[in-house]
Amino acid sequence: MIPEVGQFALILALFVTLVQGTVPLVGAARNNVRLMSVAVPAARLQFVLVGLAFACLAWSFATSDFSVANVALHSNSRLPLHYRVAATWGSHEGSLLLWVLMLAGWGFAVTLFSRNLPAALRARVLAVMGLVAIGFLLFLLATSNPFERAIPAPAEGADLNPLLQDPGMVVHPPMLYMGYVGFSVAFAFAIAALLGGRLDATWARWSRPWTTVAWCFLTCGIMLGSVWAYYELGWGGWWFWDPVENASFMPWLTGTALIHSLAVTEKRGTFRSWTVLLAIVAFSLSLLGTFLVRSGVLTSVHAFATDPTRGIFILVFLAIVIGGSLALYAVRANAVGGGAGFGAVSRESLLLANNVLLIVAMASVLLGTIYPLIVAATGGTISVGAPYFNLVFPILMAPLVFLMGVGPLASWRDAPVPALWTRLRWALAVAIVTAALLPFVMGTWMPLVAVGLFLALWVVAATFVTARQRFAGMPQRGWRARMTANSPAWYGMLVAHLGVAIFIVGVTLVRGYEVEQDVRLEPGQSVAVGGYTFTFRGIAERAGPNYDALAGTFDVHHGDRIDRTLHPEKRTYRASGQVMTEAAISPGLFGDHYVSLGEPVSEAGAAGAWSVRIYVKPFVDWIWGGFFVMALGGLLAVTDRRYRVALRPRESAAALPAAAD
Amino acid sequence: MKPRHRRFAWIGAGVIAIAVAVALVLNAFQSNLVFFFSPSQVVAREAPQGRAFRIGGLVVPGSLQRQSGSLTVRFSVTDTAKTIPVVYTGLLPDLFKEGKGVVAQGTLQPDGVFHATEVLAKHDENYMPPEAKSALEQAQRKGGTMATTQYPHGATQ
Repeated sequence: MIPEVGQFALILALFVTLVQGTVPLVGAARNNVRLMSVAVPAARLQFVLVGLAFACLAWSFATSDFSVANVALHSNSRLPLHYRVAATWGSHEGSLLLWVLMLAGWGFAVTLFSRNLPAALRARVLAVMGLVAIGFLLFLLATSNPFERAIPAPAEGADLNPLLQDPGMVVHPPMLYMGYVGFSVAFAFAIAALLGGRLDATWARWSRPWTTVAWCFLTCGIMLGSVWAYYELGWGGWWFWDPVENASFMPWLTGTALIHSLAVTEKRGTFRSWTVLLAIVAFSLSLLGTFLVRSGVLTSVHAFATDPTRGIFILVFLAIVIGGSLALYAVRANAVGGGAGFGAVSRESLLLANNVLLIVAMASVLLGTIYPLIVAATGGTISVGAPYFNLVFPILMAPLVFLMGVGPLASWRDAPVPALWTRLRWALAVAIVTAALLPFVMGTWMPLVAVGLFLALWVVAATFVTARQRFAGMPQRGWRARMTANSPAWYGMLVAHLGVAIFIVGVTLVRGYEVEQDVRLEPGQSVAVGGYTFTFRGIAERAGPNYDALAGTFDVHHGDRIDRTLHPEKRTYRASGQVMTEAAISPGLFGDHYVSLGEPVSEAGAAGAWSVRIYVKPFVDWIWGGFFVMALGGLLAVTDRRYRVALRPRESAAALPAAAD
Repeated sequence: MKPRHRRFAWIGAGVIAIAVAVALVLNAFQSNLVFFFSPSQVVAREAPQGRAFRIGGLVVPGSLQRQSGSLTVRFSVTDTAKTIPVVYTGLLPDLFKEGKGVVAQGTLQPDGVFHATEVLAKHDENYMPPEAKSALEQAQRKGGTMATTQYPHGATQ
């Protein structure tokens, strides 16, 4: 009964989105207020219906209703409750439903926080989001029904893939999808601007906070995924340039470019059509990513052949959304207009360089991700190795990070180079000298480590100079008055840039100084790795809720004393019989110790010698810390008051708001 | 320089910088493409010597041997038509099993042994690495004798 309610709610939601996607558009075109006013209640109703459908599916999972095929395939009655609920988005169908729920949720949020928008813009934004939802609901209902019954119902479910039975599964996908789908708001704003033919600084101010919030979620989602891969996959890496990872990284790069381009559009009215294009590209990449990951194209290139309807639907939908919006862009971009000119060295030109570098980087990731798929479609099999990305990416990012130090100090329109040099020469000198000396502290001097540390220190020093200059030039007296006189958006920028510096420190030091060893250890044997001694004490059996584990005990010595004890596990899941490695990690501000069990390698079996992987990873947690600080900066920026000031009717016509920064 | 000339100079410099970046990307791309060969192709000497490539297929049951006292393992990979011996030193992934699909990356030695630097077998048990699957299908198309039940079907998630 419950699954049928869910399915019925989805069908109703489809009808609601059909209204939401069309009527307000007609209203906006004819300037008919009554038709436009349909948008808000429709978007809210859609959220309620999709929410109901999602709740029904989650209920089926929580109560282990194996008569639903989706539940039977991806859950098990012995699975702990939180994983049963998380299994709701563990399948293709369920995760698409989560996608639709997020989309409806963002639409609902837009109805709540858009009272200040002009009626036509509000109607168009919600209508575009409705149109996107139509595509997804059709896809769900036609090819991937999450509520399909399995008659007769199996007595027990097949279990959730053990890789997914992890707290990461509970938080990572929803967070990532919040980010992915959040770009639909920026996209809808862009399409609405193209349809309305008007895009000005006020428009940019409205769409900025939405873009930034989505970007924050995506940043956190990627970070959580990276942490998860680090401890769960047992390989100790934090990024593998796996196509699935790239699929989330490409919208992130484009979204980062979009945030910066929106800043120019808001402050100077320039980059307008470029901003619109970026918004379209960011969301298109989100769609592409969703489908790459969720359609089975990536995990098996033959998925297209086994389920042609799904594959064809995906291609058609992508073609309609991407092709349609780009065609609209081609026709209407001129109406949006260009903007004021700017000097060769200016805040604008530096942000332009930022955008170009980010987009080139995105394109290089896209090339490495898509090319094997295209080759596969023609019958060949190739793969693009991580060395490609590891070589190309830092080279493209280094100039970007360098300019990041200069940008916030450069003035709009024209920034004379001699003045910039005067302001930044000490920051540059400090960064160079410190970066040259620091690697000695770590032990060995390596040129690439010095370069990485220089970039990080340069960002920190330049950010400090930026802040000091701002404070020195302020009329207010006293620290407190000066602190509060600056906008949260400005602080947000500084914080996010510092996050990048923290990230670079982590990446540089891990790559430079990590120690990895695969060793064969008998119980009682020790091995020295990276200044620490790891002693294997033996293996014991341990029973989990739905698995049996062999847990090792490793003492980590530093000098004479036992520093800590680690318990890596080898788990066998009862339902599927699948074996999983659970690494043991002791995290620390200055580095992690990481032990992961291989398998028994002697005749004595589990009681004898084991193959063991041991890592010492200096500063690895700074990588995720940096991501976290970046997201924090974004959130800080969103709290800025100017995004909440009520719209005055005149203001919408003003081209350039006189903002302080 | 007149402002207009200076503008052109900047635009020119920008275009050159982008061109250099694109050249770099494409060059790195080309030298890091990893090609895939099935055991039959390797036996037919279609695979390159000295350059890294991937092979895929099934781990031959009973072929897994451990060298005592070290982490070196030897096993054979087959596409049911031809078989290639593989040597690897390190930890094998959880889902590495005899009779299951596997993909290995490495170089072919003159003695015909494949020295793997990486062994991939991931996702879930029913999942067949696409490369391994395509190798089996190729062999099947050529030989036409293999029963389909001999290998697990790749689950399309």
